[in-house]
Amino acid sequence: MNFSEINPIFIQIAGHLAKVTFIMSVVMTSGLILSWVERKQSAIMQDRIGANRAAIVIPFLGWRFPLWGLIHNLADALKGIVKEDFVPPKANKFLHILAPFMACFAATAAFAVLPFGGQVQIGQVVIPLTIMPSQVGVLFVFALLSIGVYGVVVAGYVSDNKYSTMGALRASAQVISYEVATGLTILGALLTYETLDFRKIVEWQHTHTTLGFLPGWGVFHQPLGFMLFFVATLVEMKRVPFDLPEAESEIIGYFTEYSGMKFMLFMMAEFIESLLFAWVIVLIFFGGWNLPGLNMPAQGGTTNWMWMQLGYWQVVMLQMTAMASKIVILCWLQMLVRWSLPRFRYDQIMHLGWKIMLPLALANLVVTAIVQVALK
Amino acid sequence: MSKPKMNAMERLYLPEIFKGLAITSRHFFINLGLHSLHKLGLAKAREAMVTISYPEVRRPYPLVARSRHRLTQRQDGTAKCVACMMCATACPAECIYIEAEEHPDPLIEKRPASFDIDMSKCVFCGFCVEACPEDAIRMDTGHFEMAYFDRKDLIYDMNFLLNDDPYAIKKEDALVLASDKK
Repeated sequence: MNFSEINPIFIQIAGHLAKVTFIMSVVMTSGLILSWVERKQSAIMQDRIGANRAAIVIPFLGWRFPLWGLIHNLADALKGIVKEDFVPPKANKFLHILAPFMACFAATAAFAVLPFGGQVQIGQVVIPLTIMPSQVGVLFVFALLSIGVYGVVVAGYVSDNKYSTMGALRASAQVISYEVATGLTILGALLTYETLDFRKIVEWQHTHTTLGFLPGWGVFHQPLGFMLFFVATLVEMKRVPFDLPEAESEIIGYFTEYSGMKFMLFMMAEFIESLLFAWVIVLIFFGGWNLPGLNMPAQGGTTNWMWMQLGYWQVVMLQMTAMASKIVILCWLQMLVRWSLPRFRYDQIMHLGWKIMLPLALANLVVTAIVQVALK
Repeated sequence: MSKPKMNAMERLYLPEIFKGLAITSRHFFINLGLHSLHKLGLAKAREAMVTISYPEVRRPYPLVARSRHRLTQRQDGTAKCVACMMCATACPAECIYIEAEEHPDPLIEKRPASFDIDMSKCVFCGFCVEACPEDAIRMDTGHFEMAYFDRKDLIYDMNFLLNDDPYAIKKEDALVLASDKK
């Protein structure tokens, strides 16, 4: 098929539609897949079997297809839909319904600026593999994360329940405190890259090296920044060991008055945030879609990488697979932390945020700045 | 209570966290590898999990475990019970109801006309078994699951107790009484 005969505008439109469809399907299913991963990974870590009972049953033949517990997620969704959608009598009905959508929207919309691969050339049209390539992508993500707090605060405030309001206060205090730490820890890396554009950040990491022999990935020249940012993102997504806002087993959290699908939207927002942070960490600290030594060949040309000779589309697919694998590994690490560590006390979280992570992040920033000036 | 003193490495916190993560991820990878090997039919001898898939697989109960009652039989199939009321007297939950009648055999004084145990009251203490002078009541069937939609179903009558089918104990061990073995 010869692409140069097609009007470029059609290729543009088709490309945009394909990109949006791809990202939306990945993000929307990530909630389901990650809850399955959470169940199964925790089970395997603790020498258990995990979810294996729900199954698609074919009647009269007696066939059961449990599909390794994946059906449990469908059962959950079914339960969420048919469950009573309870709104407390004195709650503000409009805001009560709006809050879970606010939480979910902020986490989902941030994916618009996250690239999932380099760029592809179809005919004369170059399509960057981002829905919305932006000069200020990092700022956009952080701005939307700040909006995500509103969903939590509104949910707790309009529920007409003291304990929900207190949970929302805990949540907002925790998330807003750690936004300071999150922003400052990443500044060292951004100072090195001298850009806020995710695509340029990834490009920088590919064209530079650390100390001459390591790849230029952020994790190698900003190890402290990576550690601090990883911890800060764990706090931001409100999961164990920092799940004080929710704390399902002991204290009452901000979504106590939510049931059914609205409650599940909060859970889904958490899972989407965990995917989002894994994605951002891969872009900033793990070289995005880059593999060491793998260069993009010209259209129709080939490149040598390790023992393989790869064509243009093979390299594109390999890069996207590399990106996906890095994200999966980081999600696995988040789950590992979530199922290994006990919960922090509230004052310990604040102590860690303001007295340990903030000074360390500032020190990291100052040292990076001095090194940057000295190198110039 | 005094807090245990931590040394410098422990106060740094991160090394200890990495130790913990190493333990959990070791479990994860070993178990994942074993699960994969089991799918291929290898290394079946080594278990990847401690879970017992309960309704399909049952853990073997010890022989001394007290489970649902049964009444032992004479060789002709009638109850060994002589309706002496010892078990009903010993029962702290008062869940055994016996009605006595005359036994046709002149050598045996009485036999139960009806023998009901109300399982909704039974506390599984085993005093009835201890009290029985005739070894007529035992708690060795291995049945533990007694769930019904109606309370009436929890009252077991003599016919049921006489013919209860034990599965936890092997038949040749359980059903043949010591006195019958001679």
